[in-house]
Amino acid sequence: MKLVRQFLIILLVSLLGELLRYLLPLPVPASVYGMALMLLCLCTGIIRLEQVERAADFLIEIMPVMFVPAAVSIMLSWDYLRPILIPVVVIVIAVTALVMAVTGLVTQGIIGRRQDHE
Amino acid sequence: MSEFFTDSVFFGAALTLAAYELGAFLRKKTGLAIFSPIIVAAACIIPLLLVLDIDYDTYNMGAQYISYLLTPATVALAIPLYRRIALLKKHLGAILCGLGSGILAGGLGTLGLCLLFDLEHSQYVTLLPKSVTTAIGMGLTEELGGVVAITAVAIMIAGNLGPVFAEFLFRIFRIRHPIARGLALGNASHAVGTSKAMELGEVEGAMSSLAIAVAGLMTVVLAPIFATFL
Repeated sequence: MKLVRQFLIILLVSLLGELLRYLLPLPVPASVYGMALMLLCLCTGIIRLEQVERAADFLIEIMPVMFVPAAVSIMLSWDYLRPILIPVVVIVIAVTALVMAVTGLVTQGIIGRRQDHE
Repeated sequence: MSEFFTDSVFFGAALTLAAYELGAFLRKKTGLAIFSPIIVAAACIIPLLLVLDIDYDTYNMGAQYISYLLTPATVALAIPLYRRIALLKKHLGAILCGLGSGILAGGLGTLGLCLLFDLEHSQYVTLLPKSVTTAIGMGLTEELGGVVAITAVAIMIAGNLGPVFAEFLFRIFRIRHPIARGLALGNASHAVGTSKAMELGEVEGAMSSLAIAVAGLMTVVLAPIFATFL
């Protein structure tokens, strides 16, 4: 319940994220500061889960739609993309497979080794 | 008639939701991972705008109210992360090493291939954050001086490749542990990878959503360092 208050809390944390973004000279988006702040507030009990979870679950559910305007904006940068289209596609394909394989293998290796010791 | 679209606040927003719904419908009907609702939506909206001779700014008059929610939605990602905090604490070392190695491998791979293809600095930093969730990736590219729209496209391709690659890669590299599978999907393919991980199992799904946030934060720290290499 109290959806307005839930959105208010999330917007206040977003606002604090923007403030940190303004004050600190780091290449970190306001949204990331906000996410870290929100996690910190939840862990320390400043914000309780039930005070934000309904609004948060709603925002996360509709999140994919928020990426559409950015995807459409490719029509503005098509001239920039066209000459490098093939390298971009090759790099994205190769690096995605690399990241997935390395992450999986390293994680499994460490967990497996620890379980052998136990 | 064109003045109507230029003045309308709801045109861009309604078009965005309608095109997204069409994409979601297509994926449900066909069951094909390649029909990402985001890609289908863009593939419908761009030709429509071109045919009707409506420019991006006019479309964005309405659509901007949808993108406006990205920052609060990213803040909201802390909630699922907090729900899995016990699992995170238990395997913290393995999770951080796994995600960190993946990000380092991704950064080095991107650097090597950009050198190979002779790309410029701005093109390199545009591609660096392509494995993280779009909100963080676009923010990072903006900070690093890349082209945000290209990053958004690269992130979307990376996302949609994840579910396609996963079964094959997990088989040939014998990645069987559910935590390893979840982190691998989330680290390489963010939210789209997470939807695939949810299908594999509960632990896979939890780990993948966790990877979105943790890998996002790690990339924020590591990408500016990698950006100085080219």
